Amino acid sequence: MDFPTLLQVLDSTVRLATPLLLACLAGLFSERSGIYDIGLEGKMLAAAFCSAATAAVTGSVWLGLLAGIGGSMALAGLHGLSAITFRGNQLISGVAINFLAAGLTVVLAQDWFHQGGRTPSLLGGARFEAIALPFAETLRPVPVLGPVYAELISGHTLLVYVAALLVPASWWVLYRTRFGLRLRAVGENPEAVDTAGVSVQATRYAAVAICGLLCGLAGAYLATALQAGFSRDMTAGRGYIALAALIFAKWRPWQALGATLLFGLLQAVALRYQNIELGGVGLPVQVMDALPYILTVVILAGFVGRAIPPRAGGEPYVKER
Amino acid sequence: MSQMPKWADLVLIPLISLIVAALLSALVILGIGEDPVAAVKMMVTGALGSTYAWGYTLYYATNFIFTGLAVAVAFHARLFNIGGEGQATLGGLGVALVCLALPWPHWALALPVAALGAALFGAAWAAIPAWLQARRGSHIVITTIMFNFIAASLLNYLLVNVLRPTGSMDPSTARFADGTHLPTLHDLLAPLGIAFSKAVPANISFLLALAACVAVWMLIWRSRLGYEIRALGHSEPAAIYAGIRPVRTVMWAMLISGALAGLMAVNTVMGEAERLVLNSVEGAGFIGIAVALMGRNHPAGVFLAAILFGFLYQGGAELALWTDIPRELIVVIQALVILFTGALDNMVRMPLERLFLSLRKGRA
Repeated sequence: MDFPTLLQVLDSTVRLATPLLLACLAGLFSERSGIYDIGLEGKMLAAAFCSAATAAVTGSVWLGLLAGIGGSMALAGLHGLSAITFRGNQLISGVAINFLAAGLTVVLAQDWFHQGGRTPSLLGGARFEAIALPFAETLRPVPVLGPVYAELISGHTLLVYVAALLVPASWWVLYRTRFGLRLRAVGENPEAVDTAGVSVQATRYAAVAICGLLCGLAGAYLATALQAGFSRDMTAGRGYIALAALIFAKWRPWQALGATLLFGLLQAVALRYQNIELGGVGLPVQVMDALPYILTVVILAGFVGRAIPPRAGGEPYVKER
Repeated sequence: MSQMPKWADLVLIPLISLIVAALLSALVILGIGEDPVAAVKMMVTGALGSTYAWGYTLYYATNFIFTGLAVAVAFHARLFNIGGEGQATLGGLGVALVCLALPWPHWALALPVAALGAALFGAAWAAIPAWLQARRGSHIVITTIMFNFIAASLLNYLLVNVLRPTGSMDPSTARFADGTHLPTLHDLLAPLGIAFSKAVPANISFLLALAACVAVWMLIWRSRLGYEIRALGHSEPAAIYAGIRPVRTVMWAMLISGALAGLMAVNTVMGEAERLVLNSVEGAGFIGIAVALMGRNHPAGVFLAAILFGFLYQGGAELALWTDIPRELIVVIQALVILFTGALDNMVRMPLERLFLSLRKGRA
């Protein structure tokens, strides 16, 4: 593999890792507060549809982004209602949300646009454009660093940079603010937080809302930046890969960045090469597809560093009477 | 805890949940500018109006009985087996390997061996998540989701690179020999003098599914293992105190669950397609979740819920064929059923409990 090819693969890694990273951070907030969320996939899908549909009708990517966030947060609210208010099973609620999004998006897309469950292709201002960072072209002749800056760091859409900035931001919110401390505490020991006079329910709702917001960004990125429009089931399991990355990162923001970049790299390589020769052994593309899941199972098995979820995860909180 | 009579818990709550889900679905149909009453009429004729319609409804129901029972058995041990999809995929592989291995002279010989293959492969695919849950405490929901994806990749690899006959572009196995052809409901009912449509996929696997319902009932409520599974599901500390070995019980519950999901493939792969294709499960593993929730984890309930979903599936296909309502409407209905019977159960239950409590106070 020569240098330009390597850069291309890494460039596509960044683009493919972005939705994973956003969804992974979304799951991080929710699960750290004790609300399991296997509905990341559904929320992303709903956001992708809402943003693409709105952008297609209005021609404005910004309205699309808002609509995407709105759609995702509506489903997050539903998850909050069943998981927090009605103390239902959080996993079952997540499954229901995934199906609701998978079905409703296609039904509505077919009704509104009559294109077999797609939205019209987005053009011009209805999509996020690539942003050229300052001096990207001037610095290109600089050996090695120039192309890296011009190809790999510059030239992505806005949401890629937003996602990158959200990593330190999430770290700061979770570990350096009062809200973050409370959020982590309700995920570990809600009784203690309740005793201190902080509402467990309100904190969890806030976490679920942040989760909805971030999934909205992830879905909007898929439909209006990575691709140009919504198509049936376009998340293609990314919500589950994000979930895998979350476990891989052991519910920590910086590690989430690493895990999603790794899984993004696997996707980029699988996209570019059908078969890979590694030390004389042909590695079929299906192995690359399955690798994120296999790695997660290995991590979950606890053979390579144990992943311990937040202690109160999945448990509805019942206030003592 | 019994603020309600048992019948209310078993019948009333699922019924109310179903009605709420149906009303919301009707709203969706209205929302896309179609007539819900006409849609229901078309679904009833399309799914129940003829033996042809019943043939498809029962074919789908057979799948959902197996996957519903699979989820239900795991639920009794308080394990959420979301991996029915992957286990059924592997079950299909088991069926295909058995059917292709020998020149079977007659289906009566091939069926038991193929069913055994399906059950073994399905159980094997459930075994690793089960072991990880029982021994290492890895959450079974996450591992079974991961195994669904791994199963899809594995099957994709095997069909494209190994099992595909030379010269064929299609990622599927060769056609099974005629000796593995299962009798359809038409073949079975003709000697009894009942005319049943010839062109439908419903086959003898439906009887196998009925037998599985009875077997699961015997297992859960009439066997020692079933008692242990239920005890573990109610309270792990109490079960351990009573001398029940949790690892062993979790393993058995998941192996049986995986085997049941795998058995679904006898219906689809052997009974219908007669070769193994990509994505032969088509989401039936996930519908099993809705079926088990709706059927309150009881084989009789699972049977009824599976027929209901068979009706929805076939009726939805008819709708997609004749109107502008896409097939995905069924996915929406399925989601609403899971939401109301599973996640929002308390929303229906809490007001009902209050109602029954006030009724009882009024009497006293």
